[in-house]
Amino acid sequence: MNRRLIWLAVILFVCSVAYMSVGARGPLSFVLPFRGAKLAALILVAVSVSTSTVVFQTVTQNKILTPSIMGFDALYVLILTGAVYSFGGMVVFGFSDQFVFAVSASSMTLAALILFSTMLQSAKADLLRLVLTGVVLGGLFRALTDFMQRIIDPNEFAVIQGASYARFSVLETDLLMIAAATCIISMILLWRMRFALDVIVLGREAAVNLGVNVKRTQLLVLMLMSVLVAVSTALVGPIAFLGLLVVSVARLVTPVEQHGVLLVSASLISAITLIGGQTILERVFRLSTPLSVVIDLLGGALFLILLLRGYRR
Amino acid sequence: MISIRNVSYQIGSTMILSDISLEIPKGKVTALIGPNGAGKSTLLSLIARLERLQSGTVRVGNLLVGECSNRELAQHLSILPQTLDQAPRLSVRELVSFGRYPYHQGRPQAEDNRAVDHALTVFGLADLAQRPLDALSGGQRQRVQIAMNFAQDTEYMLLDEPLNNLDIAGARSLMALLCDVSERHSKTIVIVLHDINYASRYADHIVAMQNGTIMAEGTPSEIVNADLLRDVFQTNAEIMHVDGVPIVLV
Ligand SMILES: Nc1ncnc2c1ncn2[C@@H]1O[C@H](COP(=O)(O)OP(=O)(O)O)[C@@H](O)[C@H]1O
Ligand SMILES: [Mg+2]
Repeated sequence: MNRRLIWLAVILFVCSVAYMSVGARGPLSFVLPFRGAKLAALILVAVSVSTSTVVFQTVTQNKILTPSIMGFDALYVLILTGAVYSFGGMVVFGFSDQFVFAVSASSMTLAALILFSTMLQSAKADLLRLVLTGVVLGGLFRALTDFMQRIIDPNEFAVIQGASYARFSVLETDLLMIAAATCIISMILLWRMRFALDVIVLGREAAVNLGVNVKRTQLLVLMLMSVLVAVSTALVGPIAFLGLLVVSVARLVTPVEQHGVLLVSASLISAITLIGGQTILERVFRLSTPLSVVIDLLGGALFLILLLRGYRR
Repeated sequence: MISIRNVSYQIGSTMILSDISLEIPKGKVTALIGPNGAGKSTLLSLIARLERLQSGTVRVGNLLVGECSNRELAQHLSILPQTLDQAPRLSVRELVSFGRYPYHQGRPQAEDNRAVDHALTVFGLADLAQRPLDALSGGQRQRVQIAMNFAQDTEYMLLDEPLNNLDIAGARSLMALLCDVSERHSKTIVIVLHDINYASRYADHIVAMQNGTIMAEGTPSEIVNADLLRDVFQTNAEIMHVDGVPIVLV
């Protein structure tokens, strides 16, 4: 297993070097910090998405659903849009980006906790119900967002439009510092819970028998996961199927249940996908197709396959 | 000793357990018997805080269930639930190792590994240690689960229908093993059994439940008789005595 992690790390390193250097023109003193900031943002997004997906799948005991499929990132965009709708874009974006991020991230975490903790209690292991609820909630959040965006001032709309769909070429690098800090703190806390998460994989009853406080762990995980979703959504916008894609690949590459291994391999694979994909699309082929479209296409197909296979069994 | 005081439990408006008070003797093997739906699994789940108590108290040794920490209880009491969902990608040894989690919280020490090896040997799983769980038969998997509880090394063990999926040799050797463990290490073991004959033959104490209440309790020769079969199990089977042990003719 460790050999595989080392290989993944090597591949990531190669991708990062390629991302930094391919097609670089102009003075290095300009290119390096500029691309460096983008690279850092991509890594943050990659790690947030993979980590939030792994832990979400563990506490909900399924390997098909992800926070984005359940509409968590749509919730973030909804809250941002709601703020612009009610207070006006001038007011909202008059504050610093960091302040807006902090407020929307915490309201989103709170809303997610209330919504999804009740759902987790009632929908014990009932995957179909969980999928339906997620699809309905995600659709509802998107519809509400869309509605508000249509009736707000077009100028203000332009400001939030950035947050409403994924783009990896234009990153909100101003948010980098606060996003990195939030992300690192959440990751450290989740990393310290990795053994408890291993136990939770055995099922609720087995975990309670082994002395894990399952409900408290679930709530804490849900909270940290919401924070991670907020980070990635704020940086690049919602990416529906990235989490599913990279975590499913990680489960194939490192087929173990230990979170110590799975969290690392999923993060490496996620970073390779984003950085490698971005290098190839943007730098090598100079394609205008956004990477998010390719990821969603692959991930969406995988989601269908998993869903169909899961139900046939 | 496990002492249960005035425990009632309801789901919606259905009474599952009504005002149960019971003392389970320390250091003995107690069999819990009764027809399907009597509330045996519910009672065990409440003792092991798998479900939250609604009324009454449960004391395990000197721990008050619901007040003591989960980890503390996990070092004194273990439960094998009736149905378990398993992570299929674990090996036998990996699953049994989880039994030590209440002690090491993820960082096993040498003594934890020794306890795991011991459990594997005792349950005849040493040769299967590296096998993935999904490559085992139902009976073998059941043994692995019990081995995990055994590795947890608690003073109190609750086992809900552990003989499911076991053949007669497996069932007899498990019962003999549990009696032996209980006697040698003075462990208190509560087993839900379907077959009254296993209860008669191996248990020190039997508790019979029906409709969420305790109908009878005592030693096998005290309570296994025609009245019990008629009142609790609604059947008229005959009873023979072999070496003083009451045996139900089925
Ligand atoms: N989730 C539930 N909702 C409604 N009734 C339940 C539920 N779980 C168990 N019961 C009922 O509780 C009673 C006791 O169940 P249980 O403790 O599993 O019995 P036993 O283990 O003795 O067969 C049964 O009548 C069963 O139908
Ligand atoms: Mg039962």
